[in-house]
Amino acid sequence: MIRWLKELLASQAVADGAVGAVAEASLRTAPAAAPPSAARPAAVSVGAEAETLARQLALVIDLNVCVGCHACVTSCKEWNTAGSAGPLCDENAYDANPTGTFFNRVQTYEAGIFPGTETIHFPKSCLHCEDPPCVPVCPTGASYKRKSDGIVLVDYDKCIGCKYCAWACPYGARELDEERQVMTKCTLCVDRIHDEQMAPADRQPACVKACPTGARLFGDIKDPLSEVSIAIRERGGYALMPEWNTRPANHYLPRRPTPAVGATAPMPSERDRS
Amino acid sequence: MNPAFSVIVFTTLAGAAQGLVVALALATLGGVTISAAFLAGALALAFVMLLGGLGASFLHLGRPERAWRAAMMWRTSWLSREVIVLPAFIGVVGLWWLAVRFEAGPAWRGVLLPLGAIAVAALLWYCTAMIYACLRFIEEWAHPLTLVNYTLTGLASGTVLCAAVAAWAGEGALLRVVAPAALVATGLAGVTRVLALRRNAALKPRSTLQSATGIAAPRLVQTSMGMSAGSFNTREFFHRATPLAYRQIRIGGLLLLFALPAACMLWALFASRDPAAPAPWLIAVLLQVPGLLADRWFFFAQARHPQNLYYQVVS
Repeated sequence: MIRWLKELLASQAVADGAVGAVAEASLRTAPAAAPPSAARPAAVSVGAEAETLARQLALVIDLNVCVGCHACVTSCKEWNTAGSAGPLCDENAYDANPTGTFFNRVQTYEAGIFPGTETIHFPKSCLHCEDPPCVPVCPTGASYKRKSDGIVLVDYDKCIGCKYCAWACPYGARELDEERQVMTKCTLCVDRIHDEQMAPADRQPACVKACPTGARLFGDIKDPLSEVSIAIRERGGYALMPEWNTRPANHYLPRRPTPAVGATAPMPSERDRS
Repeated sequence: MNPAFSVIVFTTLAGAAQGLVVALALATLGGVTISAAFLAGALALAFVMLLGGLGASFLHLGRPERAWRAAMMWRTSWLSREVIVLPAFIGVVGLWWLAVRFEAGPAWRGVLLPLGAIAVAALLWYCTAMIYACLRFIEEWAHPLTLVNYTLTGLASGTVLCAAVAAWAGEGALLRVVAPAALVATGLAGVTRVLALRRNAALKPRSTLQSATGIAAPRLVQTSMGMSAGSFNTREFFHRATPLAYRQIRIGGLLLLFALPAACMLWALFASRDPAAPAPWLIAVLLQVPGLLADRWFFFAQARHPQNLYYQVVS
């Protein structure tokens, strides 16, 4: 709260001009004078309290190859409704207005102007933020981020169904289960990935196992040699809504234009993006 | 956001009770002559209103039987802090009522408990408003005006209620003090609320469909949100009122909560032949009840949650 007020005052001071220059100067010099251990990057001022974990499991989604088949959606639902996170209720499943709890949705967007339009299928689930805004607001402690692997989870036995965490998530990643009246969300299949009874190849989230095009990568983004870290590094992996400093662990790989041999102009989609 | 009726009732009812108790406490500390029977009655009214608010807040929970757990995370959660401060305030009001009713020492019923009531009421307004103001990406709420609005709206509705019951019970000394205070509080609350509404109407959200998806194309539209019908995301975060109803609730809230009660009070204070007549004050309270509900509904409805960017088109 105090940090929030400080930021507010700072932003007003900047608008004031001369006063702002003094305030900014003092802000800039302060970390330099402090011992190196106390110096922190200013960019994470909102989430300065969030500790950086040694391990952070995450999904990396390749928008080049997702074909929007929803296999990850159904596989997620199937595994999790029967797993430790379930049951995920459905209401009016065979009526006019079916609704239900899902941890993963595949959305579709259209970019560009005809005839240079692109259809982009966009899977969206909890991003397992490194500074998750949904966790500190929980009044009961039911929402938490695991220190061992960075997964954000809900303890369904402690949740009171106040929905405040869903309000505090800018991504709409949390869905209240209408039947159980507790908040639910993607668990990264925490009951699969650590299961020693399963074959090592199966210790992956159900969505990753189901994807027929290999659009979903899973791994530790803190391990620089992991498949996901290499993909983020080499293919320009990006996070959603970077403006809120939530530092999502899940990343998306942007589409790459494939120029035709002998082409003089970039593809239409490239032109629209610039 | 889709306004939840339970939260609207809780915040308006508790806010008015806080304003009533603060008005009574300031009058007591200021040495205004108030009969013990009236003070006890008014405190009992505030107590019942707070219990009603507490009951309404339970209705918001999916699992009310686990409500006690909500006091656990007071180190990080404003909601948890409110869950602790609300019963504390009810307790202070109850103790003050007991002290007045059973004639405890004048230090307790005349100084310590009124001071405590003011402090805890202020803390409760702070906690309630910070629940909304701390959500940085709901830009309509993440502003100091949210704190100002919650406090002044509570003070306005509470002082008007205090003046109405004082006029009705014939507490002339209290009415002479609280009546102008109610007018000033209503005026200030109205002006600051209009400031907040204008700021919010002019807000340009930081998040866009481009930042939400990372797709840089200037023309970017959703063709499917990924389901054929609704979900929690479409029910909880969209108010679904028609543009006409939305505008009417905005104007209706301002009229019923601030403008018309202020007109009643001006008439009672400056134009009426009998300044102690209860009628204009009771009318002001009756106008404020729907006004409070409409204004609080609009507070929630006006907030555009960034998640709505992901839920634009069904199919």
